Amino acid sequence: MAHGILSQILDYSSRANPYPLYEELRKTPVFHDGTGPYVISTYYDIQSLLHDPRLSSDARNLAATAGDPLAEGGEAEETALPPSFLKLDPPEHDRLRRMTNRPFGPPHSPHRVDGMRGGLKDIVTGLIDNLGDTENIDLVDQFAYPFPVTMICQLLGVPREDEPKFHVWADTLAASLDPDPDADPAERQRKTHDSRMELGMYLAGLIEQRRKDPGEDMLSQLAVGHGPDESMSTMELLSTAALLLIAGHETTVNLITNGMLTLLRNPDVLAQLRQEPGLAVPLVEELLRFEPPVQLLPQRTPLVDIEVGGVTIPKGSSMWLILASGNRDPDRFENPDRFDPYRKDIQHLGLGSGIHSCFGAPLARLEAQLALSELARRLENPRLLEDPPPYRQNAVLRGPRHLRIACDGVRD
Amino acid sequence: MADTALDQLKRSGRIVVVGASLAGLRAAEVMREKGFAGSLTLVGDERHEPYDRPPLSKQVLLGKAEADGTLLPRRLDIDAEWRLGVAATGLDMAARTVKLADGEEVPYDRLLIATGVRARPWPNEAEGELDGVFTLRTREDGAGLARALAAGPRRVLVIGAGFTGSEIASACRERGLEVTVAERGDGPLVGALGGVIGAVAAELHRENGVDLRTGIMVTALEGDSTGRVRAAHLSDGTTLECDVVVVSLGAQRNTEWLTGSGLGAGPRGIACDAGCRAFDLRGIVTDDIYVAGDVARSPHALFGYQFLSLEHWGNAVAQAETAAHNMLSEGTDRRPHLWVPAFWSSQFGVNIKSVGVPSMGSEIMITQGSRSERRFTAVYGYQGRVIGAVTFDNGRWLQFYEKQIEACAPFPPPFTTVDRRPDGQRPIPADFPDPSLPTHGPTITLSGYSPADRRIATFTPAGH
Repeated sequence: MAHGILSQILDYSSRANPYPLYEELRKTPVFHDGTGPYVISTYYDIQSLLHDPRLSSDARNLAATAGDPLAEGGEAEETALPPSFLKLDPPEHDRLRRMTNRPFGPPHSPHRVDGMRGGLKDIVTGLIDNLGDTENIDLVDQFAYPFPVTMICQLLGVPREDEPKFHVWADTLAASLDPDPDADPAERQRKTHDSRMELGMYLAGLIEQRRKDPGEDMLSQLAVGHGPDESMSTMELLSTAALLLIAGHETTVNLITNGMLTLLRNPDVLAQLRQEPGLAVPLVEELLRFEPPVQLLPQRTPLVDIEVGGVTIPKGSSMWLILASGNRDPDRFENPDRFDPYRKDIQHLGLGSGIHSCFGAPLARLEAQLALSELARRLENPRLLEDPPPYRQNAVLRGPRHLRIACDGVRD
Repeated sequence: MADTALDQLKRSGRIVVVGASLAGLRAAEVMREKGFAGSLTLVGDERHEPYDRPPLSKQVLLGKAEADGTLLPRRLDIDAEWRLGVAATGLDMAARTVKLADGEEVPYDRLLIATGVRARPWPNEAEGELDGVFTLRTREDGAGLARALAAGPRRVLVIGAGFTGSEIASACRERGLEVTVAERGDGPLVGALGGVIGAVAAELHRENGVDLRTGIMVTALEGDSTGRVRAAHLSDGTTLECDVVVVSLGAQRNTEWLTGSGLGAGPRGIACDAGCRAFDLRGIVTDDIYVAGDVARSPHALFGYQFLSLEHWGNAVAQAETAAHNMLSEGTDRRPHLWVPAFWSSQFGVNIKSVGVPSMGSEIMITQGSRSERRFTAVYGYQGRVIGAVTFDNGRWLQFYEKQIEACAPFPPPFTTVDRRPDGQRPIPADFPDPSLPTHGPTITLSGYSPADRRIATFTPAGH
């Protein structure tokens, strides 16, 4: 029965509602169809594997025969940019993440994210003011995409007008995380490689400028570098910048869009949020559980044979941790398929856990809280024009490609 | 059907909690959550409502928080009668009453003892009363010491380099104050974490400008004519000029008030079973007296049924919850307190976390990271199993090692991990000091037999 379930999950027709497939998968907590990856779908297994030092995030530890449809090509990858800290283990991971964190969060920059609150609010206000024809709004194109992109550009110091350029690269790179059954793998690999290359060249030019004339933005501060870890090499800096730029918006778009979709499907919650904007804080946590933008982590490899739930996973195997499935595990959450922003016990896996837990989490949370509470407050009688909406191809970074809604007007 | 005794207790019984701090408050909250509707009395010798102590050795000393701003949050209205500023002075187990310092006697049907510990004072009372000499346990202590540090003393002397002493030294350095730390052992934290990690901690002190002196004792404190401390005499014959002295020699358990009560209480705490029921002096378990928090010592199945006394924030909460649950449950519904010891500290910008009982370990292995980078995970082994783990700035891995401890996993770990360095390939002796010699008060006291000792024998640390 479970056979073929992975291709079903990857199949576009499952995109709108993959949760029944995850439920099926949880019946075999460590699923392996003989050739593909070992798939882990229950909450407690995923949670403990995320803290397991025998697991590597570095693709170089993957055995050549791991048979992972999500694995990236090796050689082409290496000629472009070195892996970002997302795909590295300690100590390299720790060093790069620590240096990246210096200009971003505590202890060295404790007020960076909170200091962005005013700027975020202005962008949200501007985008809502300009929604135009309220009878036909595409919430993705008109709001959920431009908002985080504008913000990540400001944060990094990337000129907003260059957005169309890196949008193309980012799309290709995000897609590379996801197997498109219809695409030619060599062609895909070449496109991914070219995109990484072009993005790298673009960022290299920017970093060169910032070194000469540093500003307050993160790119300047990373380029100048200071602290006990010394500075990043240019190649490390390029990888890091590319990671921040892409991860900084590819996920938040989905968080906000999934959020609005969920609210429109739960009008009582939407009404409560309008009355009580503070509800946005627990609501976004529940959303990260209920519809996480990153559905699964496809990049984990055991350094030694490990045992999970009675199954031995051989060294070098490919492993997928299905975060979105763990989040709906009835052994962990009561009524897991119910969206309940008042849920008390809400330690979800939506932002991962352990050393790779989402770097941008504080910013993503703040963006989603502001976006959803403002949309709830200002849109009059909003409603879905299409349910389910058309989704993006990507099964890993899952979210609607468009979200068509209408409302009676926009409040001040 | 007739009401059971338990139903009656829940409806209209009298529960007294002696000790109005973290454990006492949390237990009271759980009792109400479990539907206890009877009378609830909380007795505390301090005048304050329950407050949080960890900030007192950290943010408060840095001037980033006020000592009186650390009241514990309340989860619900516990509708209790508060007897604050009044110490309990005696217990009559037969009459089921607690005697208070103001002469009153409070009757109970169930009693929870959560009287905790107090700072061990400087042994010479007159010297301890000099102006400028502090201990650090209460809110007043924290406020007084914070004021003294804010006044810009020329030199602070910290006596004892356990966790609290080290945190105080760290706060002094962060404020730019000159500080000397005098430690009888070979290094900071050796009582809790052993000599291998103590050496790392010593480097941390010195790199941050602490004048760390180990293997040394303070023999006397000297005051000036106005009664202010001005110098300390050390066992190596030298004299150190200082105008603030912090005595950080660990804690004493608040059990004196139970002397003569017939309860199994003494300097090492109050013995209780895994369900938090106190033992009487004859080793017989009581059914109406429960113990929780720093003052309790209870057997732990994971650690050879050692009686453990834990001075841990998390233990106080977990044990209080278990005690409260068991106080209001039938025998078969009771549950054991089998919390895996865990604590954390923050000093010199490093986050230190520990699980299990490192001080039971005889060997140590650095499984991840490196000591020279002050960023590592160290695993402690005892008779071929993993018994504890500590991280310096590496806490996100700790959960894995906690599970290893719970599973009695083999030591040394038979697998490799990410970030394994050459010096982490094999175990080395953990280098704990002889447990019969007193240190600066480890936060876990093994109060049964010595783990270094193969015999089953009564083991009493010297100095008690």
